[in-house]
Amino acid sequence: MDPLKKVSGVVAPLDRANVDTDQVIPKQFLKRIERTGFGQYAFFDWRYLEDGVPNPDFILNKAEYRGAPILAAGPNFGSGSSREHAPWALKEYGFMAIIAPSFGDIFRSNCFQNGMAPVVLSQAGVDTILAKALRNPGYRLTVDIVEKRVYDEEGFSESFEMEPFRLESLVEGLDDIGHTLQSVDTIAEFEQAHPARW
Amino acid sequence: MPKTTPKTMFEKIWEQHVVSQEEGKPALLYIDLHLVHEVTSPQAFEGLRLAGRNVRRPDLIVAVADHDVPTTPRDTEVVIEDPIAKQQLAALSENTAHFGIELFDMYSPGQGIVHVIGPELGATQPGMTIVCGDSHTATHGAFGALAFGIGTSEIEHVLATQCLVQARPKTMEVRVTGELQPGVTAKDLILSIIGQIGVAGGTGHVIEYTGQAIRDLSMEGRMTVCNMSIEGGARAGMIAPDEKTYEYLRGRTRAPKGDAFDEAIKDWNELATDEGAEFDALVEIDASEIEPRVTWGTNPGHVATISGNVPSPEDFESPGDQENAARALEYMELKPGQRITDIAIDRVFIGSCTNGRLEDLRAAAAIAKGRKVAPGVRAMVVPGSTLTKKLAEEEGLDKILTDAGFEWRSAGCSMCLGMNPDILSPGERCASTSNRNFEGRQGRGGLTHLVSPEMAAAAAIEGHFVDVRDWEPVEA
Ligand code: SF4
Repeated sequence: MDPLKKVSGVVAPLDRANVDTDQVIPKQFLKRIERTGFGQYAFFDWRYLEDGVPNPDFILNKAEYRGAPILAAGPNFGSGSSREHAPWALKEYGFMAIIAPSFGDIFRSNCFQNGMAPVVLSQAGVDTILAKALRNPGYRLTVDIVEKRVYDEEGFSESFEMEPFRLESLVEGLDDIGHTLQSVDTIAEFEQAHPARW
Repeated sequence: MPKTTPKTMFEKIWEQHVVSQEEGKPALLYIDLHLVHEVTSPQAFEGLRLAGRNVRRPDLIVAVADHDVPTTPRDTEVVIEDPIAKQQLAALSENTAHFGIELFDMYSPGQGIVHVIGPELGATQPGMTIVCGDSHTATHGAFGALAFGIGTSEIEHVLATQCLVQARPKTMEVRVTGELQPGVTAKDLILSIIGQIGVAGGTGHVIEYTGQAIRDLSMEGRMTVCNMSIEGGARAGMIAPDEKTYEYLRGRTRAPKGDAFDEAIKDWNELATDEGAEFDALVEIDASEIEPRVTWGTNPGHVATISGNVPSPEDFESPGDQENAARALEYMELKPGQRITDIAIDRVFIGSCTNGRLEDLRAAAAIAKGRKVAPGVRAMVVPGSTLTKKLAEEEGLDKILTDAGFEWRSAGCSMCLGMNPDILSPGERCASTSNRNFEGRQGRGGLTHLVSPEMAAAAAIEGHFVDVRDWEPVEA
């Protein structure tokens, strides 16, 4: 995985609470057997009208927010289904950092697995960012993962928490499996000491 | 002897499974049972292959085809129209064959929804760590196991190492005192709990459900409760094992046999949370006050009572919740103040890993017996597993239901998420026993109301929601 230390760029504001992973990537697109090809379907039911025409009212369809690397959203973003297709779709769509007051647990963990940063800011902080990005399309932010801080050029700055091991794996682009496989002996010892019953 | 600190069931199971842990880092946790289905696994197997890695313990994995499978009869070859679904099912067969993993395919008598067959096989046992690339894995916690959903990268990790890197979650006790009234079910209970804690209330926590009302539930009821823990934000829900748990497991294919079973019970009896152990959070709820529930909105926390009304956005405190409610009402095509019993439905779905077990089908049949589905309503019953279907047929439940005008289908996830051909059309309104009423979950533009099997069957017959507590059985 590529290391991720800092994300700078336009913020796409999605001012909704409880955006679940069924919205991020509707189930009709879960049938692919690859990790790629999901970006085109991100937020499909909101992004497109019945006949496949882009919905002009959906915020992410506005030209100013195209290609934004940062998504800001309301609380409990990514709740519901465990589908990793959700972060795959968002990453392929172009988002490298998602800012919200809170996240669904599995979604948050899935983001890290894919080298994306789910960043928890205060509700007030997120509200400020949403308001600025809505009022002023093209509004830019920097998410500094190493410094654990989100800031803009107009004086907004808020720091955030991130578990050290998560931060390390993002910044270093670590492969979890390779790391765990270094402990095969310990795993084998554990298995010997705890034989399964059936 | 020094007195040991009292521990919760979660802590005991967690500690028994830590393989290693460095200071300040998450634990490496051993996984006893890994359940696999066709939707979330292909990319994990692909990843293994690309990295030239192997599956460490194929014997600790159970794989099943459930999400994509059509629910039409399976006595002859099933034609899968959707080429991509076909590809996904083929990938599951191929991957499991390649890595030597047991697979219950569409035609297998052991096939069913992954969270129904785990317990049915006796593969789900107390004290285990169980994972699956599926957020409803918490279902298995009903047996006193630590069971939770994981993503595809984590599936790959478990395939390769039989372990998972996990930070220790917090614990929450949900204590349900009192007794449920007749006609009020486990589904109504968990919908009430979610209504109370909110859809993010359990985030970061493992819930243990305790109290008299929980002890009184059957194993099926306990599974319904644990199943929906994720709808309250919690990755896992669990219930201490007891005689009911052991009776359920005794004699099942994968459960220990003979003396080994009695030995196992001794260990399992040690799992319950010790007197005086502390949880990070406590929620109390009085079961006797719960009425049958119907969701009105687009998340499982949007819940009303059957005697109540659709709320108005102004009923909510924060501007965020108000906006959320207004959006939900608009999507659901409902007006504030509308009586729940005045909401007419087009479709009924009885099934899913929440309410697709034998007891659920019995409950639906008891309501349907001697009655008829309302004209214009299409009602579908989809058993949670092929074995459930067979047992229900032996009891004649299929006959009762089809006589009443319900469709009797083959096992799978079906209209819980509509990855197979069973979906709602835009604007169709459905009384569903599944677990998610998210926008478009059962089909784009579909309007889902979550209810118990009893309430779903009664709605099918009346054509709108009704209070099952008012129902008398029809004398045969
Ligand atoms: S029945 Fe529904 S919730 Fe359960 S595993 Fe299948 S799709 Fe998921």
